[in-house]
Amino acid sequence: MRSYLEATARERLQRLLDPGSFQEFLPPSSRVVSPHLGQLNAPVAFDDGVAVGRALLAGRPVFVAAQEGGFMGGAVGEVHGAKLVGMLRRAINEQPDAVLLLLETGGVRLHEANAGLIAVSEVMRAVLDVRAAGIPVIAVIGGSNGCFGGMGIVARCTNAIVMSEEARLAMSGPEVIETASGVEEFDARDRALVWRTTGGKHRYLLGDCQALVADSVAAFRAAALDQVDRATAVPLTLDALEQEQALLTARLDRFGHVREPMELWRALGMDHPEALPLLEADAFVEHVAAVRLGAR
Amino acid sequence: MNWQTLTAALFPQGCDVREEHQVLTGGGTVGSDTVAVVGTTGHVPIGVETALAQARFILETVRGHPGRPILILVDTQGQRLRHRDEMLGINSYMAHLGKCVELARRRGHRIVALVYDQALSGGFITSGLMADACYALPDATIRVMGLPAMARITKVPEERLTELALDNPVFAPGPENYLRMGGIEAIWRGDLAAALVAALALDSNGDARSALGLARGGRGLAQRVIAAIVAGDDVLAP
Repeated sequence: MRSYLEATARERLQRLLDPGSFQEFLPPSSRVVSPHLGQLNAPVAFDDGVAVGRALLAGRPVFVAAQEGGFMGGAVGEVHGAKLVGMLRRAINEQPDAVLLLLETGGVRLHEANAGLIAVSEVMRAVLDVRAAGIPVIAVIGGSNGCFGGMGIVARCTNAIVMSEEARLAMSGPEVIETASGVEEFDARDRALVWRTTGGKHRYLLGDCQALVADSVAAFRAAALDQVDRATAVPLTLDALEQEQALLTARLDRFGHVREPMELWRALGMDHPEALPLLEADAFVEHVAAVRLGAR
Repeated sequence: MNWQTLTAALFPQGCDVREEHQVLTGGGTVGSDTVAVVGTTGHVPIGVETALAQARFILETVRGHPGRPILILVDTQGQRLRHRDEMLGINSYMAHLGKCVELARRRGHRIVALVYDQALSGGFITSGLMADACYALPDATIRVMGLPAMARITKVPEERLTELALDNPVFAPGPENYLRMGGIEAIWRGDLAAALVAALALDSNGDARSALGLARGGRGLAQRVIAAIVAGDDVLAP
């Protein structure tokens, strides 16, 4: 079983998609690098930390992006963001069966501050444009850097999210919250608490991710394919967003006073919430099937 | 500028905007039309409640008043930095707000945003930056985070960032830099009511910010990278 967590972005592309099928847009040989990192004496990468292109998934044409957590934590700068937007806009022209986003990112690349912020906004708009064109967008999250910041918002603008239990999905990182609000607010060194709060199992219980898988590239591939097959009602609709409004309101009413994720799991109806972190992904999915929430 | 003074200047024909928990909702009259107004005040951090309240108002506008233009008034210090908001999935609440703005656009509502005080990071991505066109007042502060925090995270000395912020639009806060990069359509000076009328009259033509950033010299690569990929080229246009 090959770990998804430990693979690089390019290894994930090779193994999650049909062998040899990935064709990269604006590949590293194009030598398009960040125009901003040099003045900070920061290293550049010839792919600016993301590979985008087209490929086959079980024979079906898909467009795909993979962020490389090893380069600046997968953070989005001007070129990185523009590569994502270019791929998404080209998808609308070429109508693949789906777009897969293999996300591993801290969000806006602070070295490119303002340009990074606008870039993330452009990615968000482009994802929603792809959905409006009837093409499902599936987010895959399983890298060690998690999916944070504005890209945590972008992930929730897709049709479905696939996560492993090691994956994390959130807005602000624990360190940022600890720095701003104190260690008693969020102890960033308490790894178990960090996972209970942002990890795949918690997100799956809340209904913020649609599939929870073991940390293997094969499991991610199967789940991504399954989500492509299941994708219905791809564009945004008023009815669906009114339903999401009701679900998010109910979540707040029900759990807004809760202080600790395990308390939330108990309130959901789990008798032994302390046992949940120990379960393997498949056993966990079966165990919580009756109580997990659906937020779509 | 406080929101009462602002809305009075934007809507000389009259408006009915209320503040509840630092969320603004209501409407204003422009000619023979009503413009829906939604936003925040007091630099409030956007938490799950703040996002949800704005989303609800937008959905009610789409349901009850098809096609009515929407004005988003931006004043936020960014997303709320709390464990509890993260546990509840604040990214989902903010994404929901952004999707509601997108839905309104798709259904023919003109979306105009105005940064009248502060705009930061996550609170800005799902509000002003989702508009067809985002404008700013000259004194507005727009940024990702303060330079001291940025220095800590990037490990670049604050003195160097301060120096860069003088003439580099990427690091400096403020509407002029966002204007150059295409993130802000224009800065409103003088007659705000007239500026709003003009903004409401424009068509929404998709997301043209990268092209604006290239034309204005603030972002030289984004548009060229996008264009090369869409065209299937492996080299950028000069």
